[in-house]
Amino acid sequence: MIRIKGKEYNIIGGALGWIWLLITVVPIYYIVVTSLRESNAVYADNPLSFPEHPTVSAYERVFANDFLMYVKNSVFVTIVTVLVILLVCIPAAYVIVRRTDAGSRRLYKIFISGLAIPMQATIIPVYYLIIQIGLYDTLWALILPSAAFAIPITILILTNFLRDVPQSLFEAMAVDGASEFKTMIQLALPMVKPAVITVAIYDALNVWNGFLFPLILTQSTENRVIPLSLWLFQGQFTVDVPGILAAVVISVLPILAAYIIGRRQMVAGLTAGFGK
Amino acid sequence: MTEMKTKAGRRSRASRSRGGSGSAALRKGPSLWYAAPAMILFGIFALIPLVGVVVLSFMNWDGLGAVTWNGLGNWKAMLSDPLTLNGLKLTLILTLACWAVQTPVSILLGVFMAGKQKYRAFLAVFFFLPLLFSSTAVAIAFKNLLDPQFGIGKAFGWKWLEQNFLGDPKTALWVLILVVSWCFVPLHSLLYQGAVRQIPASLYEAARIDGAGTVRQFFSITLPQLKYTFATDSTLMIVGSLTYFDLVYVMTSGGPGNATRIMPLDMYIKGFKSYDMGGASVIGVLILAMGIVISLLLNKLSGADKMESQMEGV
Repeated sequence: MIRIKGKEYNIIGGALGWIWLLITVVPIYYIVVTSLRESNAVYADNPLSFPEHPTVSAYERVFANDFLMYVKNSVFVTIVTVLVILLVCIPAAYVIVRRTDAGSRRLYKIFISGLAIPMQATIIPVYYLIIQIGLYDTLWALILPSAAFAIPITILILTNFLRDVPQSLFEAMAVDGASEFKTMIQLALPMVKPAVITVAIYDALNVWNGFLFPLILTQSTENRVIPLSLWLFQGQFTVDVPGILAAVVISVLPILAAYIIGRRQMVAGLTAGFGK
Repeated sequence: MTEMKTKAGRRSRASRSRGGSGSAALRKGPSLWYAAPAMILFGIFALIPLVGVVVLSFMNWDGLGAVTWNGLGNWKAMLSDPLTLNGLKLTLILTLACWAVQTPVSILLGVFMAGKQKYRAFLAVFFFLPLLFSSTAVAIAFKNLLDPQFGIGKAFGWKWLEQNFLGDPKTALWVLILVVSWCFVPLHSLLYQGAVRQIPASLYEAARIDGAGTVRQFFSITLPQLKYTFATDSTLMIVGSLTYFDLVYVMTSGGPGNATRIMPLDMYIKGFKSYDMGGASVIGVLILAMGIVISLLLNKLSGADKMESQMEGV
């Protein structure tokens, strides 16, 4: 009886897994094969067949379009934003976990409230602020708001992990006469390294893929980042379907590389960070 | 919150019982100044804009010139604009439908991935791929994929699949809902996976002894045990769906007609295309208000204390 029921469940569960695999993979497969198709074969071939004469000419067309510069901008914005986030959030998370008074609890609540508020509804004052500060149409106009908007989730994940550091270790450091700063750098930071890597990857993903800030806060070609260029590209090259999809593939490659290298860390950290 | 307080209490009691000079410093912990950089950044680019959007909703501003007082003018104009109501309606449908589609799929996938079988871990590697794509990339990909001329519809020779789904006001919004789900189910199933793994094995053992099969176990143990994750995840999902901008903007720009002009899009178009920043701010305030009300309601419904303590990771 139990086994029959167990088996029945596994069939349902297994079927669901394979169906979702198809749902996930077929669109990605379509993107890749279409990007390798010759332009004039797009309308003639079966969309899901592997191209008879696969070609990378679509990729050449994309790179002929300054795409490398946009990649460079995206890399710069992503790295600097993540560094800013970590620099401000690690000490903040440390103080929230180490202090148990009302002040630090209030601080935590303020940061975490950002998770329950649709922050993007404030883009118009953000736009106003960026103009007033004189950062409009610079890469810093993307870095600072992106970093600020990432603070709630980063603080949530970091504090979740920091709370697991045994109290006795902090006490031992204090008995040794170590300063709080030293304790943070030498004890807390190494102990929450997995969490730091997780939030770094997660925040990087969001910044790399961000579209709204680049759309409203930058203008010139020199400051264009990848998602914006993808969008402009598809507006200009409406007939070049392989070209557009090649750009999509290129946009995801760096992230895919990071995923392959850091998958375990990213997945395990996210699960633990949110779900505890 | 309560749980956190007890933990804090335990902690301070522990240090007090130790006595000595070290414990005084311990109880106090590092200076609050450690949080100053984060607070300044968050204050300038998140908290001030939060107030700013309310202020701007009473102002006239074209995005370039001076900001001037307009009293209730924007509010009157926006509340009598049929596009506002249209946006509100579409946003509610999108939010509800995205939640209703994503939640069951995410729970099932989360349970699936939490299983110990090797092939499940292998499939999970692929499940996360959509997370890597930007909304722009996803939108462009699906726009092409759904094209009646060279999209996937042609692959199977099924007539109904060759429709212009995005060009038809009746189907466009539903296509968006499915594409949003494609993007975000991986993230939410990840949260459920983590939660399922934390359900004590003893509960299942007891159920098995009582003769409950796997299906029965799913409904009487797994689902009830997921309720706090359900509350947290629903909040994230709903607040998130109030701000799906990129995907909709790139896929349909609000069209055909205004069939997919959800509130964030309406806000963007009013502000940055019609140069009515005041009116756009009114829409912004409405989005914020909706988000906050929904979050608070969910908090109430699910037992606020429990959920918060879960978010605090206690």
